[in-house]
Amino acid sequence: MSPVIELAEVTKSYPGGVHALRSVDLSVDQGELIAIVGPSGSGKSTMLNVIGTLDRPTTGTVRIDGHDVARLSDRQLSALRASRIGFVFQSFHLAPGRDAVANVADGLLYAGLPKRERERRAEAALVRVGLGDRLGHRPHQLSGGERQRVAVARAVAGDPAVLLADEPTGNLDTVSGQGVMDLLRELNAAGTTVLVITHDHDIAGTLPRQVPMRDGRVV
Amino acid sequence: MALLRPARLRPADLLRLGGYGLRSRPLRAVLSALGIAIGIAAMVAVVGISSSSQADLDRKLAALGTNMLRVSPGHTMMGDDATLPDDALSMIKRVGPVIAATATGSVTDTPVYRSDRIPEQETGGLSVLAAQLDLLETVGATVADGAWLNAATARYPAVVLGSGAARRLGDVPTVYIDGRWYSVIGVLDSVPLAPELDTAVLIGWDAARSYLGFDGHFTTVYTRAVESQIEAVKAVLGRTANPQSPEEVDVSRPSDALVAKRTANASFTALLLGLGGVALLVGGIGVANTMVISVLERRSEIGLRRSLGATRGQIRTQFVSEALLLSLLGGAGGVLGGFAVTAVYAGTQEWPTVIPPWAIAGGLGATLAIGAVAGLYPAIRAARLAPTEALAAA
Repeated sequence: MSPVIELAEVTKSYPGGVHALRSVDLSVDQGELIAIVGPSGSGKSTMLNVIGTLDRPTTGTVRIDGHDVARLSDRQLSALRASRIGFVFQSFHLAPGRDAVANVADGLLYAGLPKRERERRAEAALVRVGLGDRLGHRPHQLSGGERQRVAVARAVAGDPAVLLADEPTGNLDTVSGQGVMDLLRELNAAGTTVLVITHDHDIAGTLPRQVPMRDGRVV
Repeated sequence: MALLRPARLRPADLLRLGGYGLRSRPLRAVLSALGIAIGIAAMVAVVGISSSSQADLDRKLAALGTNMLRVSPGHTMMGDDATLPDDALSMIKRVGPVIAATATGSVTDTPVYRSDRIPEQETGGLSVLAAQLDLLETVGATVADGAWLNAATARYPAVVLGSGAARRLGDVPTVYIDGRWYSVIGVLDSVPLAPELDTAVLIGWDAARSYLGFDGHFTTVYTRAVESQIEAVKAVLGRTANPQSPEEVDVSRPSDALVAKRTANASFTALLLGLGGVALLVGGIGVANTMVISVLERRSEIGLRRSLGATRGQIRTQFVSEALLLSLLGGAGGVLGGFAVTAVYAGTQEWPTVIPPWAIAGGLGATLAIGAVAGLYPAIRAARLAPTEALAAA
């Protein structure tokens, strides 16, 4: 099986001599559930940006679902994100004042689907994350755990090849966090490749594969 | 391998995206649209009011006719007052395209008083004019009250008052002129094509001769001619009225004077339009300011949308469409406001309400142009934001 994510000798440096990534190799197969774990400053957020094609590496190659990121234009990278990558952020990034369906449907806006179809898929995704009874609720009417579930629904509504979760439990209490992790495990069991970035070794320990990072290197 | 091509945003989605940004901060949207609205309202109202007044003039002229010419004695080469020859009227009536011609003659040194108790020096500035019986039809005057002179009353001490004269003298049954009482038998409406009649006390030609020592000279000849020939008639009237010295005759077309008076207002209109333009510019700056702030505040939304697969172009279009929507909102409000101001003002002046379609189209067009210009810079800034940087702002 070909890897969904493939990093070869990837480095990322910033002006002023900061090396966020130093020659990182990583290969993630389809259907894996993997944790990238490390303290803050270890380069794991840069990893997420590079894998999510939000940022380009300084040197080295990044392949996502077979596409060499270096050879894609900004427009093509946008299309890649729209169709192959789903993001879940620590701070949810939900639009206040818009209900759960609208927030999830917004995630499909750039996939070129008509409004009715976006809403249909959004409802299906919300049912899938266990929020079938919260469709019309706005973010302020939802608990933190529920909000993160809405964000997960938005990330998976477009059926991406890979789901990137950046500290998905960082803003949640233990019980809600556990719920979100269970949800990610369920999605993975159903076939989605899931990559979780966390500083929490306890959470990372519950996942089948861990990639520990320190000072920009995989250790 | 499948080709990667970003999907196009549908126009309806773009509209929704723009509207969403505005709806999330309605008060700010309304306030910044207000600036545009005031500018557009001012411009539409200025154009509307001047068009309405123009329409009113056109309507009046259509009723009055623009085929009247006014002939009066000018000055001699030496600068003295000239007189028209006694056969001027009959000569003018013989010109082919002339339909009708009539004359008035000024009766000099005859102040008019409402009674014999008024001190002699309080003349009131009214003039006595000897009039022919066909004066009314020719100048398009109408009787407001009472009756016009007829063959009988034109020989007796009876007068008809112009509208202004009637106002000055008040509602009196008789007036006192040169030691004699004259009965007031009628009052005229205001005469737009011959405003000199408004301040006149009109008396029959024969009565003026027998009671007031009128010399019988014409001081004004009013002529109606076939509309299509009016310029040709105007050219020959001087020579016709006074073949010996045509340069001593003034010929004018009173409808031209009315049009010219309104044209003089055009420069004032241009000034007001300029003022409206300044308001519009300030409104545009307001929109630009709102959009710049909006982009700063919504960096995390921009980052999120980029992570969801929005291209730079789509982010740019989203903010431009938001700015366009914002200014269009103001523009539409402004057009309505300008329409209302015009309707109210035209109503008080008893004019028809006329707003030329080009003013509405121009107003909305200017609005869109301003929205595009004001939105472009903030939109470009939003699109240039690196996704990682935008997400970190949250």
